[in-house]
Amino acid sequence: MNLAAIVQDQTSHSEAVLFYLLAPITVLCALGMLLVKKAVHSALLLATVMISLAIFYILNEAPFLGIVQIIVYTGAVMMLFLFILMLVGVDSADSLVETIKGQRALGIVAALGVAGLLIALVSKGNLGRPFVGLLMANGEGNVQGIARLIFVQYVWAFEVISALLITAAIGAMVLAHREPDSDQKDQRGLSEDRVRQSSQPVAGLPGPGTFARHNAVDIPALLPDGSTSDLSVSDVIAARGHLAKPADYKFIETSDDDREEK
Amino acid sequence: MNPMNYIYLSCILFSLGAAGVLLRRNAIVVFMCIELMLNAANLAFVTFSRMNGSLDGQIVAFFTMVVAACEVVVGLAIIVTIYRSRRSASVDDARLLRL
Amino acid sequence: MVSATSSTLVYLIAIPLFSSAFLLLGGRALDRIGHLIGTAASTSSFAVALVELNKMLGRDEEARGVTQHLFTWINVGSFKVDATLLLDQLSICFVLLITGVGTLIHIYSISYMSHDIDRRRFFAYLNLFIAAMLLLVLGNSYLNLYVGWEGVGLASYLLIGFWNQKPTYATAAKKAFVANRVGDVGLSLAVMIAFVQFGSVTFDGVAKGIESGSASSTALNAMGAAILLAAVGKSAQFPLQAWLGDAMAGPTPVSALIHAATMVTAGVYLISRSNFVFDNAPTAQLLVVIVGAVTLLFGAVIGMAKDDIKKALAASTMSQIGYMILATGMGPAGYAFAMMHLLTHGFFKAGMFLGAGSVMHGMNDEVDMRKYGALRKVMPITFATFGLGYLAIIGIPPFAGFYSKDKIIETAFNAGGNKGIILGCVTLLGASITAFYMTRVMLMTFFGTKRWDSAAHPHESPWLMTIPMILLSIGSVTTGFIFSNGDRLKNFLAPVVDSHHHEHESELLAPIVVTGLAMLAVAIGVSIAVAKYGRKAIPASAPTDVTVWTKVARRDLLQDDFNETVFMRPGQSLTRVLAFLDKRVVDGAVSGVGAMTLRLAGDLRKTQTGYVRSYALLILLGTVAILTAILVVTL
Repeated sequence: MNLAAIVQDQTSHSEAVLFYLLAPITVLCALGMLLVKKAVHSALLLATVMISLAIFYILNEAPFLGIVQIIVYTGAVMMLFLFILMLVGVDSADSLVETIKGQRALGIVAALGVAGLLIALVSKGNLGRPFVGLLMANGEGNVQGIARLIFVQYVWAFEVISALLITAAIGAMVLAHREPDSDQKDQRGLSEDRVRQSSQPVAGLPGPGTFARHNAVDIPALLPDGSTSDLSVSDVIAARGHLAKPADYKFIETSDDDREEK
Repeated sequence: MNPMNYIYLSCILFSLGAAGVLLRRNAIVVFMCIELMLNAANLAFVTFSRMNGSLDGQIVAFFTMVVAACEVVVGLAIIVTIYRSRRSASVDDARLLRL
Repeated sequence: MVSATSSTLVYLIAIPLFSSAFLLLGGRALDRIGHLIGTAASTSSFAVALVELNKMLGRDEEARGVTQHLFTWINVGSFKVDATLLLDQLSICFVLLITGVGTLIHIYSISYMSHDIDRRRFFAYLNLFIAAMLLLVLGNSYLNLYVGWEGVGLASYLLIGFWNQKPTYATAAKKAFVANRVGDVGLSLAVMIAFVQFGSVTFDGVAKGIESGSASSTALNAMGAAILLAAVGKSAQFPLQAWLGDAMAGPTPVSALIHAATMVTAGVYLISRSNFVFDNAPTAQLLVVIVGAVTLLFGAVIGMAKDDIKKALAASTMSQIGYMILATGMGPAGYAFAMMHLLTHGFFKAGMFLGAGSVMHGMNDEVDMRKYGALRKVMPITFATFGLGYLAIIGIPPFAGFYSKDKIIETAFNAGGNKGIILGCVTLLGASITAFYMTRVMLMTFFGTKRWDSAAHPHESPWLMTIPMILLSIGSVTTGFIFSNGDRLKNFLAPVVDSHHHEHESELLAPIVVTGLAMLAVAIGVSIAVAKYGRKAIPASAPTDVTVWTKVARRDLLQDDFNETVFMRPGQSLTRVLAFLDKRVVDGAVSGVGAMTLRLAGDLRKTQTGYVRSYALLILLGTVAILTAILVVTL
């Protein structure tokens, strides 16, 4: 930093160049944010504005704040905006037809009025001395200076704001919480339902082939209703008429004595 | 360059944000314009902190940022809730409090 | 001239008053004995009055009055009024008249009202009237008198409108009350003047005040005029006489008691009691005389044209009271004669009214004399009592009216100068016309041919009605002589009304000349009436081809028309205008404020559109306004 610039009312030349470059971009992006139809475009333009503001903060000897602006504001807040846009309807486009009578005209007049008046009022005031610059205040470093102020002078505000943060987080969770649409039954519930409905076997239906007795190639398989399935034998056998019937084969009784006692 | 230029820029951004609040119908875009207004104020704070040579302006800007973040969180949750029950994100549709 | 305190005076008033309250509150349960209770109350009052008379006669002449202090009524700053009763010679005459004639009329009403379902209420009102009238004559201050004054007005209203199912009767009651009210303004003014001038409103206080000369003559004349106004209203004198004819809507006993004997004579009492005022206020006294003279002729002329027997008798009452008022205007010489005529008139007029009631009772409540005729054979007792009353009123010696009316005519002539001659001629003319119309009434009712309706069965009345009539006719015969023999009444009343013992003024005409002139006037009147009504047949309905004077007399000499045009119609227009203004302007302004507020609210309501963006716009515009203001201020 040029020491001479401190005692003058002027900033450094490079700063001026950067300002005059970025300021119109900022204004144009802000204007665009107002005028574009799609909401996502607005969000992105706002992110641009925020980044250029971060650069302005760094230019104004507030590096900590500039970085925080990018991390918190652009990185977190704008992303949050984009998330919500996704949820709400990213395709939803605002129609540009104004429904309230006179709102557009009066709105533009009011905004222009505010801008003009603020600039007029602010320009009337002056500091009465050249601007001081933060060289002295940032003597130990910007972060240390800010830390000294937060934890010593403004510690009460700091504590309150942290409470606010926590409350906001909880509040958002409560607000956004949604009860599930239907009662998803867990495993126990499902099995209870199964037991309740006695028409179904509790263990479920057996797999196919569990009750099959024959696996000969000429005996067709049984369908659940007891009829035979023509698909389970070769057409040739069926055409030759060598289809066997399961009922031809009787069950052979064996006595229990033959079984070994184990 | 006079640091007052930053202030003028801040005023312009602020009024643009105000115009956006009045003229846009999508609730989220309105919210974004409010964020723009807050940011303009932050820029003014930082500039003044530089002009006065103390870091208090930056502290206020910092706290403003934190509060704005909380506000965005809760505000968007509200918008989402309203959207869920009314299927519409337009601020003009929420006009039951009228005579 | 007040000697002592008494403790019994209050019973005179209290007994009828409590009886009235008892009868009214007792309701239908007392219907069977109500009339007996009422009559008993009236009789008890009469008994107490007789006892008081006896006590009074036993006292020294100069100190015959007694007072009874009841309680302190008003005590405000320097204004103190006690409720005190005063009984002196003037009051006792009235008390006896009221209670005596009143009791007889109570007895008469038992039979007359026997078919009326509201008989008990009638007796309650009669008792109320007796109590109020007694309070009037027993009060010792103008304010106490006022209470009784209002009370009799109320009782008169209640009794005239007794059969208020008929709207005309109710209207007649209201008319009487309103006319009385106009007069009452006079009494209020008199009380105020008395207080301002003398600091006291008692008769004693005012008399002493006048004696000490602390009042200006203007004040005294004004007070006298105010008292005269009150008397005019109550006694139905010109110009407030229109209510008396209509008051005949009430039952006949009411007409007899109130509108013949007692209430209408309250004005005479008031003027006599205020003799100390009038004796020192010559202008007021002249006004009194003029009012009396005018009314005398007024009533007589109206009486000539009336076919309704009660209205004819009412006009006669008006005229006779005119005589009394005229007498009171004659100064100390006249008060006693006014009183004498008042007392005799009470007897014969009440008797004639009761007779008229008896005739009506026998003729199915028919009042039109054109439907009477030849009743003397069918109702002999009524004919006899009515006839005695008739002879008394026209002034035939030795009946009562002769003495009293004669004395008034004499005093009129003795007033001196032109005034005396005019007044004397007026009274003579009045006597003549009185003879005429009373003879007309007699001829149309009791003589001639029958002109009855087919449904009428005239019969004599029951003895409860005839006994009072007989007793009153005895009074018509004898009271004149009793009162005037040896100037008895005059001397009796002298301490009250003649306190300075004025000497008689020089007589203009000798008394015997006056009597002769009076007899001549009466004879002329009687003969004209006999010629007109006695010989020729009386038409069944009033003839229409008559002179304008008759037409005017039939319309009560246009008094009602005058009142209507000058007072009623402008008053009604004013009321209409005011009601319109109240509705449109006043109510309109109030509702207009309300309507405007509603409209304003409706317009303001439109700002609450529900659009957040409109509200935001308003906020921003407000900010612009504030910034502009700051800019302007710091410029």
